[in-house]
Amino acid sequence: MNNKHLLTGNEAVARGAYEAGLMFASAYPGTPSTEILETLAEYKDSLYCEWAPNEKVALEAAIGASIAGGRALAAMKHVGVNVAADPLFTAAYTGVNGGLVLAAADDPGQHSSQNEQDNRNYAIAARLLMLEPSDSQEAKDFTKLGFELSERFDMPVMLRLTTRVCHSKSVVEFEERQEVGAKPYEKDIRKYVMVPANAKVKRAHLEDVLRAMAEYSNTCEINREEINGTEIGVISAGVAYQYAKDVFGPEASYLKLGMTYPMPLEKIKAFASKVKKLYVIEEMDPYMERQIKEAGIDCIGKDVIPAYDELNTDIIRKAVFGEEAPTLSSDKTAVVRPPAMCAGCPHRGFFYALSKKKNIMVTGDIGCYTLGAAAPLAALDTTVCMGASISMGHGAAKVFRASNSDKKVVAVIGDSTFFHSGITSLIDVTYNKGVSVSVILDNRITGMTGHQQNPGTGLTLMGEPAVEVDIPMLCQAIGMKKENIYTVNPLKLAEVDAALDEALAKDEPCVIITKWPCVLKKFTQEDKSSFDLSPKKCVIDQEKCRKCKMCVKTGCPAIYSGDTITINRESCTGCGVCAQVCPFDAIKEVK
Amino acid sequence: MSETKNILLVGVGGQGTILASKILSAGLLEAGYDVKMSEIHGMSQRGGNVSTQIRFGEKVYSPIIGKGEADIIVAFETMEALRWISCLKVGGKMVINDHEIPSVPIQMGVAEYPEGVLEELASKADVSIFKASQIAEELGNPKTMNIVLLGALVKALNMPHIDWEKAIRDNVKKDFEDINIQAFYAGAAQV
Ligand SMILES: Cc1ncc(C[n+]2csc(CCOP(=O)(O)OP(=O)(O)O)c2C)c(N)n1
Repeated sequence: MNNKHLLTGNEAVARGAYEAGLMFASAYPGTPSTEILETLAEYKDSLYCEWAPNEKVALEAAIGASIAGGRALAAMKHVGVNVAADPLFTAAYTGVNGGLVLAAADDPGQHSSQNEQDNRNYAIAARLLMLEPSDSQEAKDFTKLGFELSERFDMPVMLRLTTRVCHSKSVVEFEERQEVGAKPYEKDIRKYVMVPANAKVKRAHLEDVLRAMAEYSNTCEINREEINGTEIGVISAGVAYQYAKDVFGPEASYLKLGMTYPMPLEKIKAFASKVKKLYVIEEMDPYMERQIKEAGIDCIGKDVIPAYDELNTDIIRKAVFGEEAPTLSSDKTAVVRPPAMCAGCPHRGFFYALSKKKNIMVTGDIGCYTLGAAAPLAALDTTVCMGASISMGHGAAKVFRASNSDKKVVAVIGDSTFFHSGITSLIDVTYNKGVSVSVILDNRITGMTGHQQNPGTGLTLMGEPAVEVDIPMLCQAIGMKKENIYTVNPLKLAEVDAALDEALAKDEPCVIITKWPCVLKKFTQEDKSSFDLSPKKCVIDQEKCRKCKMCVKTGCPAIYSGDTITINRESCTGCGVCAQVCPFDAIKEVK
Repeated sequence: MSETKNILLVGVGGQGTILASKILSAGLLEAGYDVKMSEIHGMSQRGGNVSTQIRFGEKVYSPIIGKGEADIIVAFETMEALRWISCLKVGGKMVINDHEIPSVPIQMGVAEYPEGVLEELASKADVSIFKASQIAEELGNPKTMNIVLLGALVKALNMPHIDWEKAIRDNVKKDFEDINIQAFYAGAAQV
């Protein structure tokens, strides 16, 4: 009993990597994958792990660690794989030395993502061996198997996860760590130097590897039949298999796939011949269905099962059997609870000041500050992907200029996002004579994903002190003029306002750095000495309040607008933004 | 028991739904059940709603509960009970904390907190409604509201053979063990 633990899929991946003798792990945070590295950090006495500035760097570092002979892991969310796709495709050519596993977590239903993409397509496109766990025990087992298969086939392995696998807890049995150590490294130019002459040889060789992997896929135990009745057969993988088991029940037969690239087409053919009706139950794209049909096997898939959003038992039951469970309902409706910037969030002051500027376009980015797009501030024009704010702003400013528009462009980006992929965008602005204003919202942490360290915070994932990137110096080094770099306290509206006015009036690229720690951050000694973080509260003097609701328009969740306007003492942090917007001087700071 | 039981805990970020689910799962696991627990917390720290789903039985497949499938829903906040009612099994039970937390649109005065929610729910389902937040405050620690609700849930589940005190002790800090156990029994007395 004591060996059984209730773990999330992410914790189980970390445990599996630890047990497999992992030496090196690198990742960039992103829901739903973040906790893989956070859990690995708990094993820091046995292995090395780090937050990389972005996913491409993380994967490249893991490839290097693998070539040097250590078992290595990179982890990221689905869109992170887009960032890391360049090294990924060619790593399938070089192969590995120590086993290399890429844990990539899709987010069907977009619980916390800007798009919904099915990363199983990457396995086909890059020809990577792919494993898909369906619960936490498999997440651990498949991670360990991944390292073995990576070494056996000399191929990076993609461990494809989804939100429900990452974030659901189920029972996992622990085993001891195997100390596999590092394999000897030998220089091998033909294997690791992918110039065309070598890469062409590798490309041809890849076909042999694919054949060997397909043979394994057809015979391995993780692609297993559960033969029951002969009426209905179900092919499924990942969490969809769990849903299928609940919907189709014990009479149906199953082909549960743990390895989904290459697909075990022989095994599928054999299974199809044993049942009358064959269903393929999978989330998002008809990834398996397409390959099964291409192999000439008839099956039912996306003609009934939705091809986007996440699945669940209700959706599958309705789609396949037309059945719906009886439910209770009410005529009353619950008011939505949209997420909002926290009370005391340093982004609020900045966005409040920005929302007052006329004739500007604000290109946004991804992080807590994307909430600046929400009412009542509604201060963003665009959000596409991490790092895009500054580069999109550059392009937009050039077009406004060329079309004689006097519209100005402000790009806003968080500190972690700036290090992720904003720096190269800013070089585009400075070098190519851009005219946009770039604002770096430095809240001293990676906020959105739950407070990970980044190159600006002075600490590593393993808790060691590190040299912080000096953002103003960095901006100067890439060509930003010193007098065009402003550092302001975002909670001081007049300060933000003045910097914005000055920067918008200039005909040169400018950077504004707003510097104040996230209210939810666990403050470091350095934070405490650099910022006044003493506890404060704001209260409204009801005698003076004229209910103009200016304070309510800051969107602070501590302010309550009823018959009277009040501030909730428990959630107020005394940031003072509301006091600065009050035209009647009715809001006072108290200790 | 071969049938899978479904329990849904719903509330607002910061109310301690996750600790309550953790203790519940630990007790069930210790008693030999297969357990799956699923959290969706999107952006809970930023005022969003949270839900934790627990399924247990001899063998559990799906980690999430479908519409009309929850045997018991524990709502840590009144309006959240309303939001999740379609997940309740017809004939299922609701344990509701009589405690309102307005969401941002309500605070900003652009929406109104629905009226008569408790009466409405009581007319549709078997409900136990009480002021868990107040009970916790009276016990001397408002944070134990989640354990008051856990006590009520466990009572409704009727599984006295499980050592719940141990499950609590194993999952809270030493200094808070006794107050949490008190909270647990105070909650159990409400059902
Ligand atoms: C390519 C990619 N990787 C990771 C993420 C997940 N993600 C969303 S926001 C964010 C961090 C934002 O941190 P920061 O820029 O410091 O802003 P904050 O949330 O602190 O305001 C991350 C890692 C993503 N959306 N896209």
